[in-house]
Amino acid sequence: MQISFKKANRTLVVSIEGELDHHTATEIREQIDREIHKNNINKLIFDFEKLRFMDSSGIGVIIGRYKHIQGLGGKVAVANLTPQVERIIKISGLHKIIPVFDNVQQAKDKM
Amino acid sequence: MAVNNEMKVEFISKSSNEGFARVVVAAFVSQLDPTVEELADIKTAVSEAVTNAIIHGYENTTGYVKIHCKLIDNVVEIVIEDNGKGIEDVELARQPLYTSHPELERSGMGFTVMETFMDEVHVESVPGQGTKVTMIKKINSSRES
Repeated sequence: MQISFKKANRTLVVSIEGELDHHTATEIREQIDREIHKNNINKLIFDFEKLRFMDSSGIGVIIGRYKHIQGLGGKVAVANLTPQVERIIKISGLHKIIPVFDNVQQAKDKM
Repeated sequence: MAVNNEMKVEFISKSSNEGFARVVVAAFVSQLDPTVEELADIKTAVSEAVTNAIIHGYENTTGYVKIHCKLIDNVVEIVIEDNGKGIEDVELARQPLYTSHPELERSGMGFTVMETFMDEVHVESVPGQGTKVTMIKKINSSRES
C-alpha cells in the first residue's frame, strides 16, 4: 500500500495505491489525520483511481475522516471509484452522506 | 454430490494474512473461470470473514484461522473458522452498522457485505469456542461457457 498527498490551499487530495483493508487501515488513518492537522485542511478528497481492493474497513476509514473533518467545519468527497469500490460504498450507504465524483478535478470544482 | 475440488489453509491471526487469505481463495476459485466481478465479490467476502475472526474472534490475540474451500460443479463453498471468543448474539452481529467495538472505527458492515456479495451466508457460533462462517456462491460465467 502506498499513500500520497497533494495539497492546495486547505484542500488535501489523498491517493491510495494498493489495498485498503483492516491491515492497512491503521497506517492510512494516522497519515491522513497527521496531514489534516499539519496543514489546517478543511476539504479532503479521496482519490481511489489506483485502489485495487477495499473492504468495509475502508468505509470505517472514510466515515472516521468525515467525522474528523466535519468537527473542523470541513468536507469530504471520494473520486475515481473502481466498480468494486463503488459497490462497497453503495452497499454501506456512504454515498448518501459523502459526495462521489468521477474525478478529482470535478470534486475540487463542486465541493 | 461429488466434490470436484477442495483445499484447506490455516494461518495465524495476523492482519497481514488478510491479503494472503483473499489471494489464496481467489487463486483456487479461478479454476471455475469466474468473471472479474465474481472474483472481486469473493475476495471481499473472504476479507470480511477473516477480519472478523482476527479482530472479534481472537481480539488481536494469536490463534489459527482456518479456511476450507470446495468447488462443487459451478458452486464455491468457503468455510472460515476460528477458535476465538465466539458471538453471543449472531442475529445482532449480522445487523447492518452493528459493531461490538465502536471505538475501533469499524463500519459494522462486515456481515452485510458478505450477504450482498455471496448467495448464502451461514453463521454458527458458540461463545467461548469460536465461530464458523459458511459462504456459498454460484459462479454463473462458468455455466454459460
